[in-house]
Amino acid sequence: MQFFGGSEISPSAPTLTATGAGNNAHMIYIFNRNGVCLLYREWNRPLHTLNPQQDHKLMFGLLFSLKSLAAKMDPTSVDKGNLGVPQLPGQGCSFHSFRTNTYKLSFMETPSGIKFILVTNPRTGDLRETLKYIYNLYVEYVAKNPLYTPGTPIRCELFNTAVDQHVRTISS
Amino acid sequence: MAAIYSLYIINKSGGLIFYKDYGSKGRMDTNDSLRVASLWHSMHAISQQLSPTTGCTGIELLEADTFDLNCFQSLTGTKFFVVCEPGTQNMEALLKVVYELYTDYVLKNPFYEMEMPIRCELFDINLTQAIQKDRVALLGR
Repeated sequence: MQFFGGSEISPSAPTLTATGAGNNAHMIYIFNRNGVCLLYREWNRPLHTLNPQQDHKLMFGLLFSLKSLAAKMDPTSVDKGNLGVPQLPGQGCSFHSFRTNTYKLSFMETPSGIKFILVTNPRTGDLRETLKYIYNLYVEYVAKNPLYTPGTPIRCELFNTAVDQHVRTISS
Repeated sequence: MAAIYSLYIINKSGGLIFYKDYGSKGRMDTNDSLRVASLWHSMHAISQQLSPTTGCTGIELLEADTFDLNCFQSLTGTKFFVVCEPGTQNMEALLKVVYELYTDYVLKNPFYEMEMPIRCELFDINLTQAIQKDRVALLGR
């Protein structure tokens, strides 16, 4: 199963009309398959209920559980297995976003189990293309960086700038 | 064609008090539906904790690969959620209708014990009608 297109960055970023140029993104999380938070950036987060470590753990736990919930609830497949049975990335039914009254969370898991989470304004549209683009940035700036050790937090200025820049184009 | 796959009602502590399936594939036995319901209750609560701004009331819409889950929480904490086809519109309206039926036929039933599973024939009948009407409206569009 091919998840996404080639690894090179698509020459033009997915065109998101930058009307109302405000920053609609609240924060981004990147987790690896073991639940280590590789990257956390926030642009607009007035409310912190927990300390950062606890917050990351809770987020990973929420995604993990929502994924098993989606796999179990899948109304189109006959054999769904038991609730909570670990599944490989790309296996079973997963989810790509959820919305509450105050935010929208978009989620993407790559074949290698890296999870990209973008929290934005609840009125933003489908952000699957945006997440794919951020994944491309990750491949270009992080995975191909010889100084980066897999499984460690990302410290790469270029990647951060590129993500910031791209996220600013998200419109509601 | 099934626009709506299933309907769940859970009480304020996460216990499943009503579950109806409208033709989803694969078996979901009683234990599974109970587990799924209480899992949803917890996920709903956790999503409030992770909100970047104040005043979050929990997940309203979960978009999965093969279904959408629309959730409505009443003021008393009872949650109603439907599993439907991806992109199905006006589910909020349907959930409000279900809530109205719940208040009329369940809460006003003197024999109904609060927070206990719903066993009211009139509720069942009216619910089936409401869902059927919704389906017809959907086909007409």
